[in-house]
Amino acid sequence: MKSYDIVIIGGGPAGLAAAVSAKENGIDSILILERDKELGGILNQCIHNGFGLHTFKEELTGPEYAQRFIDQAEKLGIEYKLNTMVMDISPQKTVTAMNRQEGMFEIQAKAVILAMGCRERSRGALNIPGYRPAGIYSAGTAQRLVNMEGLMPGREVVILGSGDIGLIMARRMTFEGAKVKVVAELMPYSGGLKRNIVQCLDDYGIPLKLSHTVVDIKGRKRLEGVTLAEVDSNGKPIPGTEEFYSCDTLLLSVGLIPENEISNGMGVQMNPVTSGPEVNESLETNIEGVFACGNVLHVHDLVDFVSEEAATAGKNAAAYVKGIRQAGGGRDVRLNPVDGVRYTVPMMVNTARMDENLTIRFRVGGVYKNCYVSTYFDDERVIHRKRQIVAPGEMEEIRLTKEQLLKYPDLETITVKIEEA
Amino acid sequence: MYDVIIVGGGVSGAASARELSRYKVSVCVLEKEEDVCCGTSKANSAIVHAGYDAATGSLMAKLNVRGNAMMEQLSRDLDFPFKRIGSLVVCLSEEDMPGLQALYDRGVANGVKDLQILNREEVLAMEPNIVDNVYAALYAPTAGIVCPFNLNIALAENACENGVDFKFDTEVQNIRKTDSGWALDTNQGTYETKYVVNAAGVYSDKLHNMVSEKKIHITPRRGDYCLLDKNAGNHVSKTIFALPTKYGKGVLVSPTIHGNLLIGPTAIDIEDKEGTNTTREGLEQVIGKAGQNVKNLPMRQVITSFAGLRAHEGGHEFLIGELDDAEGFIDCAGIESPGLTSCPAIGEMVANILKEKMGLEEKDNFIATRKGVLDPDTLSREEREELIRKEPAYGNIICRCEMITEGEIIDAIRRPLGARSLDGVKRRTRAGMGRCQSGFCSPRTMEILAREWGVSMSDITKAGGDSKLVVGTNKDTI
Repeated sequence: MKSYDIVIIGGGPAGLAAAVSAKENGIDSILILERDKELGGILNQCIHNGFGLHTFKEELTGPEYAQRFIDQAEKLGIEYKLNTMVMDISPQKTVTAMNRQEGMFEIQAKAVILAMGCRERSRGALNIPGYRPAGIYSAGTAQRLVNMEGLMPGREVVILGSGDIGLIMARRMTFEGAKVKVVAELMPYSGGLKRNIVQCLDDYGIPLKLSHTVVDIKGRKRLEGVTLAEVDSNGKPIPGTEEFYSCDTLLLSVGLIPENEISNGMGVQMNPVTSGPEVNESLETNIEGVFACGNVLHVHDLVDFVSEEAATAGKNAAAYVKGIRQAGGGRDVRLNPVDGVRYTVPMMVNTARMDENLTIRFRVGGVYKNCYVSTYFDDERVIHRKRQIVAPGEMEEIRLTKEQLLKYPDLETITVKIEEA
Repeated sequence: MYDVIIVGGGVSGAASARELSRYKVSVCVLEKEEDVCCGTSKANSAIVHAGYDAATGSLMAKLNVRGNAMMEQLSRDLDFPFKRIGSLVVCLSEEDMPGLQALYDRGVANGVKDLQILNREEVLAMEPNIVDNVYAALYAPTAGIVCPFNLNIALAENACENGVDFKFDTEVQNIRKTDSGWALDTNQGTYETKYVVNAAGVYSDKLHNMVSEKKIHITPRRGDYCLLDKNAGNHVSKTIFALPTKYGKGVLVSPTIHGNLLIGPTAIDIEDKEGTNTTREGLEQVIGKAGQNVKNLPMRQVITSFAGLRAHEGGHEFLIGELDDAEGFIDCAGIESPGLTSCPAIGEMVANILKEKMGLEEKDNFIATRKGVLDPDTLSREEREELIRKEPAYGNIICRCEMITEGEIIDAIRRPLGARSLDGVKRRTRAGMGRCQSGFCSPRTMEILAREWGVSMSDITKAGGDSKLVVGTNKDTI
């Protein structure tokens, strides 16, 4: 059986950045396993621009952003296998994978970095009633058809869900000659970035109907139309508000789910809110030497933050392999998301292992205007930051320093919450 | 001119075709859809019933018990998945016990073996996720679950191998009596035959009424279902039925043969024979009733919902036999639950009717067995490696959720009556049936279909006919 110091599952933006970082932190024996025919992951079909503003201080397309990392990985001589599916990983970090050339094979890893990304929620998960004709696609599948295959899923489009991919596809389908009639969003706020609402809908006069959902799907063979209805505060359709839209295509952009089947199989402990692994400050899971980063850990809005997070995972995996991680000492401090804060990543911080600076990322559960994002060290409020608006569609962060934490030798819990002004 | 034309490629038609293919007789199946297993046979509970439901002495009861007994051997001969997992009918109160007892008595009278009434403790020991207020249950160890697609497809493929013709996209529009038998006018021209078997499911009344003065009426009785992720597949280990009470009929909760959890169906009478749309009310009913007998159902794990139509005839009895006023026209109508269970026996009965009428002789070259699409998961590690060396396509995963390889998809396309659409591939291999519901694999499966059939991606359909998956290329309307 071949063995590597670090095996990275997934060659998308997270896997690539983790690999580059691990290499730069002194590990030579690295292998990326990628199930697609090329590196870069979902970025390869994201041909719009807006990537890299934080990382490279310029606006790149998805493939360009991916290429920067692919080039780095190639330059650093990082090994990878394409068209290779990981079947499972044992808790002892034996990776079983399969491809056309080598059949089924095993690889022993000292450390594993989980970077499998996420998948789209389907129609079924929403239980939308109606027929099941052709013409209903998740936004990402449509994006692949249009951008990779040059094929048009349809001509008259309704989009359910205002996630970023749906918004991007509203503009994309318009460019390709389709008529996008409306974007319906179940929640009273958009699930996507504000900038995408402006640049993808407003600029093209595409209406966004908040608090609306699809209540019926018509068409036996090919989609003929959908019925939208307004929903009440519990998300239940309000009788009498139904409105029929004829269309041949329904795109769904109704959420992303981290793909943790492999993680589950190896016994990684999951967080019910993120649907990703529970991790500590090193982005390490409950299994020692198994790290997670990118959308498999929690769904991100911006790839720049994926790269940053993945670099942290890569660095910590390198330190783990080299045996230079401070294992003993320090305190385990639990993060406690409450009052509007749905989760934090990481979920736990060890004061000895943590770097000088630590970024805590989180999402809120609703739209809050003129509020404070507050951080408490046990009962003491240490951060109280005024915000004009926070919304579920935009990931938030707070930054803590080791110095700060060490001032509280008895610290047990860091609470992150939204406080009304 | 055929000896026998069977109208309908569902389980009844396919089983009849397969049984007839034992004999020296020319048989053709006319199917209005692009594939077999496109109507009632594809959207049902996928249960092999024990046989205590149907009225004692009825044809339904007889064929149910016989079909159940035949299923195991058939599943081995034709290589489709079947498991005898047993079923429980849950009784929630002492006052409903007479109903449970009546089911037991009827089952015994129908010849169902090993029935047992279990008390609360026994039920909970067997099935811990049954609700705490369970009072008793009827345990039927002979009940089972089956893959309805592969049962149907296996029967059809085997019939095809044994010389039965299949004509797809061929809808019978009119039937005329001729000197030598019958002429069937279809959208693809006229077919002549000596005998007709009417296995047209929800349309069997339409066909019947074309040739007979004794009219029948088939009501499409819709059943809505929710299918849950494989994570929830172990929630129960047996099929859990509700005991019908004065509050109505409950829904069943069952593992599927592939490890998902199935909840449903509703029973909503409609008029539209193509009305396979789920409704909000229907799905709410399923979700609302699901918890009556089984607790802690993880309804957030629903991956899809669907509806099927039962071919319900007023007398709730299978109508199988030659019509008094239409010689040579054999009905196989009103095949609703337990139709799937009964199909091996239905096929046998239809074939026997024709055998006697026509004096059919057995072939000596009948092929009794068929191999299904090879599932690499059933191989040893060494066998699997060998397979990939020989056929590298078996090393290429196309459907991530169900871990279906390109090799399996190619097999599904290249075999007799091979898959022509995305749904055809899905029913034969499960590619696209998993938790992402084909989001990831559909463009890739389309590519394989296009390559194998030598057509372009824009010709590929979801389910034949007008169900094209893409409508053109980028910017072609600008």
